[in-house]
Amino acid sequence: MKKVITGNHAVSYAAKIARAEVVAAYPITPQTQVVEKISSFCADGEMEAIFIKVESEHSACAATIGASAAGARAFTATSSQGLALMHEMLHWAANARVPIVIANINRAMGPPWTIWTDQNDSLSQRDTGWMQIYCEGNQDVLDSVIQAFKISEQVSIPSMVVLDAFFLSHTSEPVDLPEQKLVDKFLPRYEAKWKLDIGNPHTFGGLTGPDRYYELRYNLQKDFIRSVKVIDKVQAEFKEMFGREYGRVEPFMADDAEVLLVVSGTIASTAKQAVLDARKAGFKLGSLKIRFFRPFPQDLVQKHLAGKKSVAVIDRNYSFGSEGIFYSEVKGAMFDQPHIPIYSYIAGLGGRDVAVKDILGIAELAKAGKCDNPTWWGVKL
Amino acid sequence: MSNKYEVKITGAKDMPPMAASLGKMLYNLTGSWRNIRPVVIPEKCTACSLCWKFCPDFCINIDGDFPVIDYDYCKGCGVCAQECPSEAIVMEEETK
Amino acid sequence: MKTTIPKEELVSSGHLACQGCGATLAMRYTLKALGPNTIYTIPACCWSVIDGPFPYTSLAVPLYHTAFETAASMASGIKAGLTIRGKGDINVVAWAGDGGTADIGIQALSGMVERGDNVLYVCYDNEAYMNTGIQRSSSTPVGAWTTTTPPPHFKKELKKDLVAIMVAHRIPYTATGCIAYPEDWIKKVEKAISIVGPKFLQILATCPPGWKISSEISIEVARLAISTRKWPLYEVTDGKYKFTRMIKKFQPVSDYLKVQGRFRHLTEEEIDVIQLQAEENWAELCAKAGIENEFAAQLAEYTEKVKAHHPQWFKVEE
Repeated sequence: MKKVITGNHAVSYAAKIARAEVVAAYPITPQTQVVEKISSFCADGEMEAIFIKVESEHSACAATIGASAAGARAFTATSSQGLALMHEMLHWAANARVPIVIANINRAMGPPWTIWTDQNDSLSQRDTGWMQIYCEGNQDVLDSVIQAFKISEQVSIPSMVVLDAFFLSHTSEPVDLPEQKLVDKFLPRYEAKWKLDIGNPHTFGGLTGPDRYYELRYNLQKDFIRSVKVIDKVQAEFKEMFGREYGRVEPFMADDAEVLLVVSGTIASTAKQAVLDARKAGFKLGSLKIRFFRPFPQDLVQKHLAGKKSVAVIDRNYSFGSEGIFYSEVKGAMFDQPHIPIYSYIAGLGGRDVAVKDILGIAELAKAGKCDNPTWWGVKL
Repeated sequence: MSNKYEVKITGAKDMPPMAASLGKMLYNLTGSWRNIRPVVIPEKCTACSLCWKFCPDFCINIDGDFPVIDYDYCKGCGVCAQECPSEAIVMEEETK
Repeated sequence: MKTTIPKEELVSSGHLACQGCGATLAMRYTLKALGPNTIYTIPACCWSVIDGPFPYTSLAVPLYHTAFETAASMASGIKAGLTIRGKGDINVVAWAGDGGTADIGIQALSGMVERGDNVLYVCYDNEAYMNTGIQRSSSTPVGAWTTTTPPPHFKKELKKDLVAIMVAHRIPYTATGCIAYPEDWIKKVEKAISIVGPKFLQILATCPPGWKISSEISIEVARLAISTRKWPLYEVTDGKYKFTRMIKKFQPVSDYLKVQGRFRHLTEEEIDVIQLQAEENWAELCAKAGIENEFAAQLAEYTEKVKAHHPQWFKVEE
């Protein structure tokens, strides 16, 4: 069934269709509609879930972890300052190996106060041990939340589904809501292998010395490596059941591209238009969208960047004191590969618009090999 | 130390994904902590069970007519001797 | 042998508590009242360590270790997860120290209680951040030495009144307890779990290293806290106050203070002030319980005494 809905409501519908059983959430612009819709689903009886109106995001993440530890499918949503406030518990969730899913609306960090989009909030959390999926459109958002539960529950690693503030969260697009019966088949009831169970009591998270902690972390990374096959399998199953194809990356006219843009989020969507416009004008532009940032798709980045004349990474983020974050990771993935020029362009921090003309401008610079590594596109000096 | 409560973990493959307990702390013989030990004088005992009630290591057995200390776990805190209303428990130097 | 409390143990020997640990007795008694139909969550505190290292545990019930601030919020989540799966009858207990309750954990506690979540929150109060080496918390009593309140900067602020805070949240049931009176405590735990909704219990738990006492008088000192009325035993049910142990005979707080090294530095005048504070606290509780204060004379006596010597760090109403 198709509905014209905002990205936020796509999240809400996904939580409902995925049969999230416990949602513990705290409001923050621009996430509020996510939880308001979930609240009304619960109140109307459309969603059989307990909604815990927690008193902060830190508590939201804690309560979500608790519900998952007790064996229920648990979910929350947040943004920016809220995600930052959850930081300690994000580590907790990953290390406790609970398969919770968080939808994060990418909103720039303050101060100064801002509500517009950039990726520093979610990317700041990249070391916490969560999977991260960067969405391009509202259908992507809905489908990613559903897939995330399935992947997380198979590898016991929590997932973060990320969408741009306002460009997706508040923008309406036609979204196909999959049939509940089919989703139930795709994503059966969560049955935790390790949980709080009076019939089989365990203590979780007890003091662990250097002689054992190391192996627990080794196991987490081992499961991240295992997750790559699981992700590909889940995406294949999703395509078979619902007809929509997703990848850990998505190339667009990339094979013969002279300049390859590496993009994510809504910039990836705009980039497609830029690619089409460039091609019309005889410029062989292409793009590679990175959808899964964690686990980082090294293999696929190496595959698609191989032999390219010029690669332009557009980062809507910055790791201050270092580099654009996607740029760093792409560069790292290509280190052992035959050298190709990779250029770093920063754009769109704090929600500044990145339009087709901006992307074409960046592409022209990359074509000419012009980059200050990084170039802050459009900065008014 | 090695006793019947020991959980053997050789490496990553033996571990649950998260740190989940696999055995009981009975493995840890805290009797090695003490410098003094409680000694029961059965003739003085009035079977009031106060020693058992206040033992922070729950290592006093009162199934019989007078308390029996489990020296594997007794830390020698002295609470039982202090609380006994009939001086039926005295603390003595631990002899090795 | 006959006992006045249930015999079954749900916590095993071999745990890592110090000799004479009150927190361990608190846990033991609470578990006896709760039984095996129970799930615990414990934030950073002494019990994070006492339970034992991975892969071992001391508790016979499931336990989820959690971050410092999150005892109450984790418990709320666990309760919701159990309830949605049809296991809402399982007792969910947030078990935290005074630091994780009165300070860093107070937001989560307030949220849990305000929401009315069906969770039992137990604060075992050893009156400082003991696990990290005896630093002051807002539950440290006036006059105490801690590593962060070394004399002459001993703690001047009154002990944070958590029960009053809980009553202000209109909590269905809250009560104080003491390790020296396990029968009283067990009754309170049993009453608490018979109520659907949030419950808050606070048990005074002696800490020999932190209070600077020899381990064998651990219970004796806890008993003195009660007999000197430094720590009243009472419960509040739907806003109605009731003493559960009435003290009839006057015993000066100095009997309690002088056996503890953490109060050794106090002068006679400072002890008088602490006596006055204890009398004021007792008088306030009597008023709330709607009973006559049998120590009104002492309240008057110490009010005059303290007014007379005005220690600089204590404000006296003229």
